[in-house]
Amino acid sequence: MRAPVLRVEGLEATYGPMQVLYGIDFSVYHQEIVVVLGANGAGKTTTLRSISGMIETKGLIEFKQEEIGNLRPSEIVRRGVAHVPQGRGTFPELTVQENLRVGAFIRVDKDVSADIDACYQNYPILYERRTQMAGSLSGGEQQMLAVSRALMSRPQLLLMDEPSLGLAPKIVEDLFERLVAINTEYGTTMLIVEQNAQLALSIANRGYVLESGSISVQGTAENLVKNDAIRRAYLGA
Amino acid sequence: MLYVEHIWVHDMDLLLQRVFDAVTNGSTYALIAVAMVLIFKATTLINFAQGEQAMLGAFVVLQLWDWGVPMWGAVAIGMCFSGVLAAFLERALIRKFDPADHLPLVIITLGLFLVINAVAAIIWRFDPKSFPELFPSGNAFAINNIRLSWYTIFAFTSCVIVLFVLQTLLSKTKIGLAFRAVSSNIESSRLSGIKIGTTLQFGWALAAAAGTLGASIYAANPVLQIEPSMMLRALILSVTAAALGGLDSLWGALIGGLTIGFVQSVVVQYIPFIPNEMSLSAAVIVLLIVLIFRPSGVLGTRAVERV
Repeated sequence: MRAPVLRVEGLEATYGPMQVLYGIDFSVYHQEIVVVLGANGAGKTTTLRSISGMIETKGLIEFKQEEIGNLRPSEIVRRGVAHVPQGRGTFPELTVQENLRVGAFIRVDKDVSADIDACYQNYPILYERRTQMAGSLSGGEQQMLAVSRALMSRPQLLLMDEPSLGLAPKIVEDLFERLVAINTEYGTTMLIVEQNAQLALSIANRGYVLESGSISVQGTAENLVKNDAIRRAYLGA
Repeated sequence: MLYVEHIWVHDMDLLLQRVFDAVTNGSTYALIAVAMVLIFKATTLINFAQGEQAMLGAFVVLQLWDWGVPMWGAVAIGMCFSGVLAAFLERALIRKFDPADHLPLVIITLGLFLVINAVAAIIWRFDPKSFPELFPSGNAFAINNIRLSWYTIFAFTSCVIVLFVLQTLLSKTKIGLAFRAVSSNIESSRLSGIKIGTTLQFGWALAAAAGTLGASIYAANPVLQIEPSMMLRALILSVTAAALGGLDSLWGALIGGLTIGFVQSVVVQYIPFIPNEMSLSAAVIVLLIVLIFRPSGVLGTRAVERV
């Protein structure tokens, strides 16, 4: 198999005196959608924040065969990693259009406006609300904006933290459909942390289960759906 | 009958004169206030050294002018000087501390206040010096006792121009967008590739440059002279103006500045039970009353919950 886009080895992370990740290993390959499942406090968010450079870590984080573990977030985004944090992470006091422009902050090419138009084509509601403050948007619209904002940096790897949190089921379905479309259309590799295991596994190629800071189970999405322990713990079966 | 009319005309003259005074003072408070608003927008921190930084900048302007630099050239260089100094101070002192923990930062800005004041006193001494006239002297018009000076007109116009320039800078440029993004959501700004430190440094430099222009205009008031403590009173009134207008609103600074100027000159003149000595406290009392009804100030969006 080819070299992974993202390779994590022996990743450890601590918040103050509390250790959250105890040396986890995983990989994400080109154009894959990989999901990370786990209970609250298992270390899912910490894993994503480690990759995007928001917290200090020990261990190896390699993106496209280059070590990124010691880089600042601003440098990691420039390498091609976008992160949609939990709770959307939009800029409430900026307009929808300005949010998208901030998303393209690292770019110096001339196609930014064309990409904004492409966002509007995918989400006409964002076009309608382009001059409104992002803070006035509904939860679903904010998540559309958050995903669009992250894509504006033209990432090769998209990290998503609990995209379904607080959204109505119908909106979550649309969102995941859109993620699949982005994955096929642009070939964006995705690492998604999600509580809604059923839905996440339905679009993912592979998955990892985090338990108290360690990976307990891993496998293809099909195998994980069939796994009895996972069915009991995360699929409510 | 004739007598009554005479008094009425006299009163109108006095009122107008007081309003012009209010505009004069208010414009300069607004310029210092807007500098504080810039820092508050980005960091929710009130920079107590803002007035002293501005005073130091104004002294540099005076020094340059003494050396023969044309006055507006001196102002431009003075603004650049205080911008660079502020960028250095941000890098050397402010960035080392956790931006969420305000107490150490407030103490640092208070320390800066004292140090800058002392440095200016050592270099330029405490005796007041007259400042070059930045604007044409004399009155634009004078009828009876109503005199509108060119200084008032230009001070107000400069303030409005500065606000327009700052607003354009923040809304139309990339660094301005970054600045507003940082002030809206630091974490997502970092995730979008914005360098937080550099952006805040830009805010500090911009604020200091605006402050130096404000202090230069303040010192250029024909009735005032420049000396190291000249901004103490102005600082209190400017903080009050900034809070009144809304600590995160540029145009709020102008509204706040004018209101404070108005309270100072008009209210104190016409409400007999407020003695002249209380004009400073009267401004603060007006602030308290406004904040009771609008906790985030007239145009602000964020409540004044931290200092």
